[in-house]
Formats: sequence, C-alpha cells, structure tokens
Amino acid sequence: MSSVPTAPLASPVDPSRVEEPPIAAPTSGLRESLHFALRNKKLVFGLSMTSALLLFALIGPWIAQHPPLAYGGHLSLAPTTKNGYWFGTTLLGQDVFSQFVTGLRLAFIVGALGGGIAAIIGMVIGFTAGYRSGFVDEALNMLTNVVLVIPTFALLLVIAAYLQVRGIMMEAVFIGITSWPWAARALRAQTFSLVSRDFVDMARLSGRSSRQIIFKEIAPNMSSYLFMMFILLFGGAILIAATLDFIGLGPSNTISLGMMMQLSVQNAALQLHLWWWFLPPGLAIMALVGSLYVMNVGLDEVFNPKLREL
Amino acid sequence: MGRYFLRKLVIYAATFVVAVTIDWAIPHLMPGNPVLTLVGRIQIRDPRVAQQLYHHYMRAFNLDLPLWKQYWYFWVALFHGDLGTSILEFPTPVTTIIVDAVPYTLALLVPAILLSWYAGNKFGALAARRPVLDNSLLPFGYTLTATPYMWLGILLVWVLAVTWHVFPVGFAYDPTAQRAFSWPFVSNLAYHWFLPFLSLFLVSFGGWAIGMRNMIIYELESDYAHYLEALGAPQRLIRKYAFRNAMLPQITGLALALGAIIGGALVTEIVFSYPGLGYQIYRAITNEDYFVIQGIFLFIIIGVLIANFIVDIVYLIVDPRTRIGMEGGR
Repeated sequence: MSSVPTAPLASPVDPSRVEEPPIAAPTSGLRESLHFALRNKKLVFGLSMTSALLLFALIGPWIAQHPPLAYGGHLSLAPTTKNGYWFGTTLLGQDVFSQFVTGLRLAFIVGALGGGIAAIIGMVIGFTAGYRSGFVDEALNMLTNVVLVIPTFALLLVIAAYLQVRGIMMEAVFIGITSWPWAARALRAQTFSLVSRDFVDMARLSGRSSRQIIFKEIAPNMSSYLFMMFILLFGGAILIAATLDFIGLGPSNTISLGMMMQLSVQNAALQLHLWWWFLPPGLAIMALVGSLYVMNVGLDEVFNPKLREL
Repeated sequence: MGRYFLRKLVIYAATFVVAVTIDWAIPHLMPGNPVLTLVGRIQIRDPRVAQQLYHHYMRAFNLDLPLWKQYWYFWVALFHGDLGTSILEFPTPVTTIIVDAVPYTLALLVPAILLSWYAGNKFGALAARRPVLDNSLLPFGYTLTATPYMWLGILLVWVLAVTWHVFPVGFAYDPTAQRAFSWPFVSNLAYHWFLPFLSLFLVSFGGWAIGMRNMIIYELESDYAHYLEALGAPQRLIRKYAFRNAMLPQITGLALALGAIIGGALVTEIVFSYPGLGYQIYRAITNEDYFVIQGIFLFIIIGVLIANFIVDIVYLIVDPRTRIGMEGGR
C-alpha cells in the first residue's frame, strides 16, 4: 500500500514514489483490519464525528420549526429556546437552525455526488491509462495533465456565472467533472505497478478480458486505496462547493452553508456581532471535512502496518 | 533536457488553447444573451432605439459573424491584449481593471504561498515521529486544512478587527491616506495587508505541514533509512536525507495546489473587501459583468501556467535524477 495524500489540494500523490502494493491475504485480512480499525483512535473519532453530523443533517430538517427561507417576525434574535429559534435568527428574521441543517444536508449531497463522480472518472481514466500502455496511455495522460494544470476553480466560476438557474445537482456534477485528475494520476501509477504481477499474467493467460482483469484482479487489490481516495474527493467537493457558494454562485431557491456565510458577510453580521449566523456554517464544514481527513489517516494506518503508531 | 521542456511546453500550450476555447465557448453555449441583458440594463423606452442599440452591440462584439470567425477574432483580440470592455464601468477596458487589481492579489498570494510552504515543511518534518509535537501538530494541521478560507477570514475579522480593534476590518488602505511612496502610506498598506495574508497563510500551512509529516514517516520507513540506522548513523543525518527526499513531492504539490490557493485568495479578498482580482470577480458576478469574469479567468490561467513552468525549472534544479536521466539516459 502506498501513501495516500492526506489533503488532496495540498499534497497530491506523486506517482514517482508509489510503493509496491502488497497483495492482501484474502480471508484473514478483513478480520485483522477490523481488529485494528476498532483500536485506531483516529478512525473511530473521524467515523463517529462524520456519523453524528450525518444524523444531524438527516434529522435536522424534520425537527426545524420554520422553513429555512421564510421570514419570521423576530429579527437578529440571539439563540433561544423560545419559538424554536435554537440557533437564533438572521438580520432578516430567518431561522438559522433551519438554514444550518438544510445546508448541512446539501453539503453531504454535494460531497457524495461530486466526490462520487470524480472517483468514477478518476477510476476509469486511471485504470485504462495504467493498464494500456502506448497511445491510449499517452492520450489520457495528456488529458489528465491539461485538466490538472487548469485552475478548475476559476473554470467553475465562469461556468456557474453564466448559468441563470443553478441547482445543487448541477453544482455537484460540475465539481465532479473537474476534480478527478489527481485521483486518475494516482490510480494510474498504482495500476501500473500491479499490471506486471504474476497473478495478472495468469489471468491474462487464462483468457480473461481486459475489463475482467481490471475489475476482478486489479481493483480489489486496491480497494482500501479507492475508498480513501473517495473520502478525500468527498471532503474536497464540500470545500469547493462552499467556496463557490460564498462567491455568490450557489444553488438558487435553497440555502447552503457557503451561502449562509456569504449572506452574513453581505449583511454586516460581523459588525453587528450576530455570531450565531456566521459561526455555525464554517464550524460545520471544518468539523465535517476535518473528521473525514482524520478518518482517512486512521484508515491508512489500519491498512498499512508500517504506519501504525509505534 | 530539451525533450523534457518540449513535453511540458506541449502540455501548457494545449492547456492554454483548451482554456481559451472554453472561455470563448461558455457564453455561446449558455442560454440567455448577454447583449440583451446589456440593452435591458440601459432601460430605453423607445423599442426602435433599443433595437438599434442591440444591433450596434451585436456588431461591436462580433456576435453577428459566423461562429468560426468569432472564435478567430477572439484569439486575435487576445493577442492584442484586448479582453473586452466592462459593462459595469462601461468604457473601462477589462485589461485596465485587471492591471489595477493584480498587484493586490499578488501581494497576498506570493508571500502566503511561499511562506506557508516553507514553514509547513519545516514544522511537518520536525513533528514526524516525535510523539509530543506530533500529537499537537496533527489535530492543529487537520483543523486548519479543513477550514474554509473565507471562514477563517470571517473569524479573524470578527475577533481581531471588529471586537478587539487590533486590525482594520478591510480595504487595502485608509481612504483618508495620501497615496504616495512614503513610509506612512506603505505602513498603512502593510497594516491592512496583514490579516488577509494571515488567513491565507494559516489554511495553507496546515496542508503543507501534514503532507510533509506523512512524507517523512514514509521516508523513515524506507530501506535506505533503515540501512543508515543499521550503520549507526546519527538520527539527525537520517532525518536530513529523509527531508530531502520528502521535499520532491512537496515541490510537485506546490504546482498542483496553486488552483486551490488562488480560489482561497479570491474569497479571502471578498471577506476583507481587498481590491484584488477576487473582489473584482465578486463585483462582476453580482452585477453580471461577464467580460470581466472571462478576462480574469484568462488572466488566472496565464498566471498558473507561468507558475507551473517556474516549478518545473525548480524541480529540475533540485532533483539531479531528472537532469541526468534527460542528458545521459536519453
């Protein structure tokens, strides 16, 4: 197992230093992993934090007392137990709690969808480029490099600015189709190091098709790697979406965590000390993305014995 | 060496062409007509005048020509440094807006990128496999790198500027300050520059520190490190070698992280009303000033390509294997 980057934006995988992935022992591996997983503090912490936030995002909108965009009579209310304004209200009298849980739900949707699309594209391109050498590899490499160099955030800005009506799904799709290159690059290097192994040669000799070899022989040997990659893409998508929403390119007709921050800054919430308006959204993103990253390190330690705490 | 650069140049050229094409194509692919929006904004009562104005703009922006000709003229204009005209500040060319804004963005970005990279690498290397330091750096680093750029900015403004009045809430300098190359004005600029710089620096610092820490741990587990250890080499020497090897992916990472940091700088500027590219793009988006958005996008592309090229050269200097591989092996 080779190094998985901790933060996709800051320290991407360098293909030149990919180590040979060990071949997992089929049956005892799972139990052993579980054994270490339950004892890994980072993994347990990250997983429970993520689950708690997910639960909150699922239940929150059910128990919220007011619709997220409705204007109530109480303006700039500090958090209170009365009227169900648990997180207070905005300058315009909207329920912050309701906005917060709606935004949290959207963050999970963007993360899962955007991260999922990016993972699928990364897998298709990475596996194909790594398995087939020659022209196909060269062409896919070129494509990866071009998308890698383009500042995709700026590209998203231009695309989103021209869309009159923006939806959360569209946002997730756009994030997905622009954030796959580092994953593709890492997977290509991984695939490359597996292709020359004996068991792959055996599969080839026995007449398996390329697709079968990739999905039945190669992919299972990096399933943990794929999972970790998805987690990082998930967290990355949430951060990108929050940044886009903050610039004013968020989905129409709903509210996201990034939009909450944008509106609070626009309405001088900082100068008016309406902290209950601008603190929760950023805190939620930080907690969610941070626990995903910590979970990722924990997983890395579970799957890679070399990294376990001494 | 020539082959290496040729390859890189082909990638950069392809990237540039793709980016310019996308930049040109998006307005044509999207529903809605920017000229209609423009004419609609001027609010003319007489429909005939509106009609004439519409045709005037269609001709002015070459929108009545066949598509391939429009595309060709887009490139011609680009090489003449013509990125169109701002709709919000009507006769001002987009290039002027960009040229005015760029110094502020660069003043934030360049120090933030370089210093956070340097400090993050140093701290990360220091913390790796040192339990006490590691246990404090790791949570701290993860918290920072998971923080949205704008939220850290919001936090800093709220605590340090609005509540404690230690720093100004925003802008590049006091509106009352005399614009001159003098100490009071320069210190005023620095005073306003510090908070946006700090928030950019901190978020990137977390990512670099964690990246380096993990790299060092991998390096310390590699064969050469164990071999040195078996030979009885001092820890300091082993760590030095590990650091040098761990450095290479961090240099590559620098090029790859550029896009994210630029995104961070754009939103940080918005929080601080700092008059750089981010602030301009925000204004353009809220006012549907499309030429400015497209122009800034192109400018960012060119900047990123140049930065990538610099990183390539640095990598070549730092890693002798690339040089030898290119000269001898090939």
